[in-house]
Amino acid sequence: MAIEVRIPTILRTYTGGEKAVQAQGGTLSALIEDLEANHPGIKDRLVDNGDLRRFVNVYVNDEDVRFLGGLEASLNDGDQVVVLPAVAGGC
Amino acid sequence: MLTIDQATYDAIVAHAKRDHPDEACGVVAGPAGSDRPERFVPMVNAAGSPTFYEFDSGELLRLYKEMDDRDEEPVVVYHSHTATEAYPSRTDVALASEPGAHYVLVSTREHGNNEGPVEFRSYRIVDGEVTEEEVTVVPSLEPAGTQQPRSEA
Repeated sequence: MAIEVRIPTILRTYTGGEKAVQAQGGTLSALIEDLEANHPGIKDRLVDNGDLRRFVNVYVNDEDVRFLGGLEASLNDGDQVVVLPAVAGGC
Repeated sequence: MLTIDQATYDAIVAHAKRDHPDEACGVVAGPAGSDRPERFVPMVNAAGSPTFYEFDSGELLRLYKEMDDRDEEPVVVYHSHTATEAYPSRTDVALASEPGAHYVLVSTREHGNNEGPVEFRSYRIVDGEVTEEEVTVVPSLEPAGTQQPRSEA
């Protein structure tokens, strides 16, 4: 089962410059494991201490996964996953 | 160097003054690879805070999809500091995730919502390293494709 994952500029060093890669998994967690298997190092940029990083946004079919169960969000064939780092800061 | 037109410069400053004492934020998008800040896109500071800014997650997705559809990228990412100087904070640096962007900082600490000059400075933030750059404000950007290649002095 194939899911398209859109990769932001800052993480394309892990995907050989690719803007989008195919991955698989029945949950976001499994998808990230599959990404890691093919693009070593990327998981650590997405997950910290078993949870999604605070300043990384992941969307499944345009919905923020924080509203879909986070890493446990379920995925289906043909879903589109988008990863975007937060645009944020503070003085 | 950041080259920006007067109207866009003024729009960023006006946004910062309007939202003071909260931090204001937004981008100026431009054609991918052009380094031309053409399309001013003010964003809502979802944090609504004088010490923090964050694009709303849904609006962030819409913005990036829109830029993708138009073959644009964020040429400028701007935000304001309302009580401190226009220099990237440690948090700003840690969270900077657009190595190709000009990070513009505006400080409204001196005049707040009122008329008066602001600090307007621009930086590159790459791999945690901050490099300030010159800001050139021009009446309007040269038409695309007519800019002379700049010889590096």
